[in-house]
Order: sequence, then structure tokens, then C-alpha cells
Amino acid sequence: MRRLKAQVSHLFLPLSVLVILIIINLIKGADYFSITVVKGALYGNIPNILFGASELVILSIGMALVTAASQGQDIGIGAGATITSAVFVLFVLNAGEVTLLTILAGFLVSCVAGLVIGVFNGILVSVFKVQPMVATLILFMGGRSIAFMIDGRLSPILANDISNQIGTVIPGVPLQTPIILTAVFIAIVAVVLKTTNLRLYVESVGINPSAARLNGIDPKKIIFLTFLIMGICTAVAGFIAVNKAGRHDSVNLLKFIMMDAILAVAIGGNSLGGGKFSITGSIIGAYTIEMLNRTLLRLIDVDPATIPAFKAVFIIILMVVASPVVRDFAAKALRWVRFRADSGTVPETGAPDAAVVSDPDTPAKKEV
Amino acid sequence: MRSLNAAKPKKRLSNSNLLFLIAAVIFVLMYLFAIISFPGSFLQFQTFFDLFNLNAPLIIMTLGLCIVMIVGGIDISIGQVCALVMMACAVLLESGLGSVWGALLLALGIGIAFGLLQGYLIAYLEIQPFIITLAGLFLAKGLLTTLHKDPINVTMPAFVSLVDFKIVIPWLGTENRLGVFIPCEIKAGAVVVVVLVVLLAALMKWTRFGRNVYAVGGNEQSAMMLGINVKRTKFFAYVICGLTAGIAGFVFIMQIGGANVGSAALFELKAIASNIIGGTLLNGGVGNLLGSPIGALTLLVINELIRAAGVQSNFQAIVSGLLLYLFIVLQSVVMSLRGRRKFRLVLAPWLRLPGMKKAENQG
Repeated sequence: MRRLKAQVSHLFLPLSVLVILIIINLIKGADYFSITVVKGALYGNIPNILFGASELVILSIGMALVTAASQGQDIGIGAGATITSAVFVLFVLNAGEVTLLTILAGFLVSCVAGLVIGVFNGILVSVFKVQPMVATLILFMGGRSIAFMIDGRLSPILANDISNQIGTVIPGVPLQTPIILTAVFIAIVAVVLKTTNLRLYVESVGINPSAARLNGIDPKKIIFLTFLIMGICTAVAGFIAVNKAGRHDSVNLLKFIMMDAILAVAIGGNSLGGGKFSITGSIIGAYTIEMLNRTLLRLIDVDPATIPAFKAVFIIILMVVASPVVRDFAAKALRWVRFRADSGTVPETGAPDAAVVSDPDTPAKKEV
Repeated sequence: MRSLNAAKPKKRLSNSNLLFLIAAVIFVLMYLFAIISFPGSFLQFQTFFDLFNLNAPLIIMTLGLCIVMIVGGIDISIGQVCALVMMACAVLLESGLGSVWGALLLALGIGIAFGLLQGYLIAYLEIQPFIITLAGLFLAKGLLTTLHKDPINVTMPAFVSLVDFKIVIPWLGTENRLGVFIPCEIKAGAVVVVVLVVLLAALMKWTRFGRNVYAVGGNEQSAMMLGINVKRTKFFAYVICGLTAGIAGFVFIMQIGGANVGSAALFELKAIASNIIGGTLLNGGVGNLLGSPIGALTLLVINELIRAAGVQSNFQAIVSGLLLYLFIVLQSVVMSLRGRRKFRLVLAPWLRLPGMKKAENQG
């Protein structure tokens, strides 16, 4: 019970944000949850969010692991996904006839490319002890050019039925395929984390590498492993993204996704300084970001270019509410109110304070 | 007793100075290599001055970011703040209401406003710097596109004369093919760079604030126990960074005489890369302010070299990524060799660089 409580309090921030966003959307229009069926597939706001956030979710899972182990962030994921998807497109276009097998083989080849990227970054971070953001800056600078050279020309088109179905809907299946792929990926990650010691090792390395080393966990290996997982994540995300788009645009594919992925990790209640992590939190965070983007588009009938400013204000408010100082203050205020209530002399001045504390935005600090 | 011994002339080089030295040596080697491969262009003084003339905004941004990185934070909003400043100044100047001084004040004001906001949130509310400055990036970007979407060319006469302003050095220059002597020119931006480098280097070296920045970046807890106001130090570091972003925006618009939505895009990452090449670590506590312009110049010389070699633009990005890779590995190898006490570099006293002696007894 206590453990459950601790977990829930960890997820308090992302979940409350999600709830607030849903409430805002419901105020705007009561038909927010309505789902329509078009040609046997479900469409509506919620499926759209699940559909739109699929790459972001996958990348934020990898980002959570990398952040937890190496105490830094990977900013080259967008470029990495561009390279892996370029490899995929190259394989599929050169394969001649496109069957399910070629797509699968292409996906596996792109996974190998993702692993190569992971090895590149992982060696820099684990062996050479370069900070992750710096190590991945290299790929960030050169990655899209490499992808362009793999392509050989500007945006080759992936016109075949199978990739179209992977990008949108397989006839007869009610959900869009990226949603299903994301769910499968999440399930695999959940099984891996449940059956192996990965979580324990990653957390111990992230909290204190030298202590982990003294306990027989090699921090280098663990950090290297997280970058390999990140490489697989970029390959899967690139695969989904390129099939969604139907063409490989090496300049704009997943362009600013690293910012969103890091934001998802942070909104999910994870520390960006490494240590304990919550994959659930970052998944919820990723969906929250997608929902935020769509909510802003829905609420404000202005030019989409001004959306970043509103997004920024939202993030700042969110972070201020979740900041340690405000949390401590809220906890103190809560304790004071309780103390006054217990001593039986609830003064009139207590009322406004109670109102402040009961604000749904202020998460009460867990009392130990 | 060790502290007494440390006062002897054979001091070990501190980490900051070692990294700075590596950066400086790399820059000199790079420039020598450039001169050897392309003597026609790189031997001219004008080429060297143009590095400053054309890239003054980046170097100015790098300086502010260096202080933030030494204090242990990061600021990725500077590029977009710079772009916002440019656009705001351009709109103000084109509207006919403002003067050049008004635009300058606006530029500084926007920069300081971003610095104050981010600094307060990061230092006093203890929010992760990456997220807050990311929000700052989004905010600046959104405001920029709200303000104006199309490229603006400033036509105000007073400002155009400022854009055309240049200092001519009559005794230094080259003759062109026709035998006409062309003197070297220095733009106003380069002067601003030099002034800011001197000012900020003095600030970091000789003032209490500068010392505090190193102490806070090295170890926040021990800095607090020494009685340093950690929060205020962090706060002012971000304010200075915002201020330099504002100045960079004004210098940029002075350089190109207009503004565009896409200008100064990804400058923040270039600035981070320059600082890293210049020997400032992202962990904080280690770095030398003089290293950041050198890092920026190294990056720019690489780009110039690749451009001079006539490589395709895609290769340009790849090659600069590879060179960045080499530098990073070199730095890390040197640092780790030093950590194992196998590598000792003792410089003669007259060669030693000014800087902190914090890491003196480490390793």
C-alpha cells in the first residue's frame, strides 16, 4: 500500500496535468471524447493523440533510461532516427518487390543502424567520459547530412501498400497501426524491466556511479547498454515516422523531437540529473505534451506559429508548481493548517490558507 | 602542509588552464594549417578580422553562456532570444517611432528580462535549468513569430549609417590583383567583442562574483558552507547570459541590417560546442572565459577551411562533426591521463595563464 502510494505521488504531476488538460478540453467542447468510425477504424481526439505521440512515446522511453543512467540527455535522437529511417528507405527501395518480409528485413537493418549509433554515442559517453549532451551534439550536427547522403536525393518517396498500412490503418483493424506498434513496444519494455535487473542497475549507476562500481556493477557497461537501447528506440521511432509520412525528408523528419522527449521525461516526474526513473511517468508525459499541442491548437484560433509561446508559459507554470521550493511551502502550509485544526481553534485567517492548499495544482509533499 | 607547498613556483596546472591551453594550441595549429593549405586567403589580416566581423554575435553569446556553464547550468534559449531581439529592434526601427538608442535599450531590456525570469526560476525556485531555458526558447520563438513573420530590412538612415560603420586600418592590408591597396576593416561588432571579452574576463578573474561562480560550479554544498550566496550567484550568472544574448542580437542586426525569423537559429548549440572546445565543462566549476572565444574561433576556422576547400555543404556538417569528435576525445583522454597521475604538465611561471587554482591539489 505504501509503495503504491509512493508510486502514485510520483505520477501526481503528469496525471494532474493530464486531468487539467482534459477538463480544459471538455469545457471547450463536450464532444471531446467522441469517437467516430471511418472505414472500420476509430477516429477522434483520443486516437489522434495516441497516433500523433507514438514516436515521442518511444523516444521518451529511451530518453528516460539514458537520463537515469548517464545523468545527461541525448540530443541527437532526431538526427539518429533520420539516419536509421534513411537506411530503412534505402533497403526497401532497393529490394525491388515490396513484401512484408522486405519491410521486416528493412526494419531489422535500420535497427542495426540504430545500434551502430548507440555504440558511437555509448563509447563516447561511457569510455571517454564525455557528457552525453556533448557526445550526441556530434550526431546532431552531422546526422542529417549523413542521412541525406544515404538517401542520395531529396526526400525519396515510400509508395507501397504495406508502408502505407503501417503508417495509417490495416484494413479490418480498428486502431491505427502506429498505436498498436507503440503498445507492443511499451509491452516489450515493461516485460524487460520486470524480468531483468536493468532498472535496479540503471538506478544505482545513475545515483552514484562509484558506489555502483564498488558493488560490482560496471557503470560503463550499464551506460553503454542504455545507449544501445536508445539506438533501438530511435530505429523504431524512425520506422514509424517515415511510414507515417510516406516519404523520407532528411531535413525535417522529427526535427525538434529531442526537446519534446526531454520535456516528457521531466514532466513525467523524473530528475534530469539521473537516478531513479519512471517509464510510466515519461510515457504519460509524452502523451501530455501531444495533448497540450493539440489543445493549444484547438483553444486558440490563431496562427500555429504562435503556439510555442503559449506552450512555454504552460511549461513554466507547470515547473513552478512542481518546483521543490513551492512544494516545501505547500507542505509547510498544510502542516500549519492541520496543526491549527487539531488544536481546535480554527481562526478565520485559516480559511484562505486552506483554500490555497486545496488548489488541485499544488501537490502536497509526501510526509515521511 | 600541502597548501604551503602549493605556493612554491612549480605549481601544477589547474584543469581550467589545461583545457584552455589545449584549446589555444588547437586553434593555433588549426590556423597554421589553414595558412599552409590556403596561403592566399588565410595569410591576409582581413580574413582574421572577418572571423570577428562576421561572427561577433556568436562569440558574444558564447561569453555569456560560458559563465552559466561554469556555474553549473545551461542556457539553450540564447539563440532564440537573440533572434527575438533582432526582430523587435527591426520592427521598432522600421515603425519610425524609435531611435537607434531606443533600439539598443530595447535589445538590452529584452535580454535582461529573459535573464531575470530564467535566473529567478532556476536559482530561487530550483527548477532544472534545461527545462526552463527550453521554455524560454519556446517563448522567444513564439513571441518572435507573433511579432512579425516576414524578413525586415531596416531602412532608417541613422541605423544604416551604423550598419555601414567600420574602422579602417590604413597601414594594414593587402593589394588586390590590380595593385590597388585595400586596407583592413573592422566592424563595430568586433570592437564590442573585444570590449566584452576584456570586461567579462576581468569580472571572472578579479571580482568576488567571478570567484563565487567558480566555487558554486565546483561544489554547491561547500560553496554554501563557505558563506557564498549560491542562489544570488546563479541568478546573476543567468542575468549576465541574458544580457549578452541581448547585446548579441543588437550586434547581429547591426551586422546584417535586417531581421528574419530564421536568423540565429541553432546558435545555442553552436555556442555550447564552442564553449566545450574552449575547455568549459558542462558539469560546472571548470572553464576559462578566454577559452570560449578561442573555441568559437576554432569552430569558425574549421568551417572556413571546409568552405575554402570547396567541399559539398553536406560534407561540411559531417566534417565539422568529426572534428568536434576529435577534440572531445582528445580532451577526455588528456583529462583521464591526468586523473591517473601519469601525465604531469608543469609550465614555467612566465607561461602560466591567469585563472583559478581551484583544482591545484586535485588528481
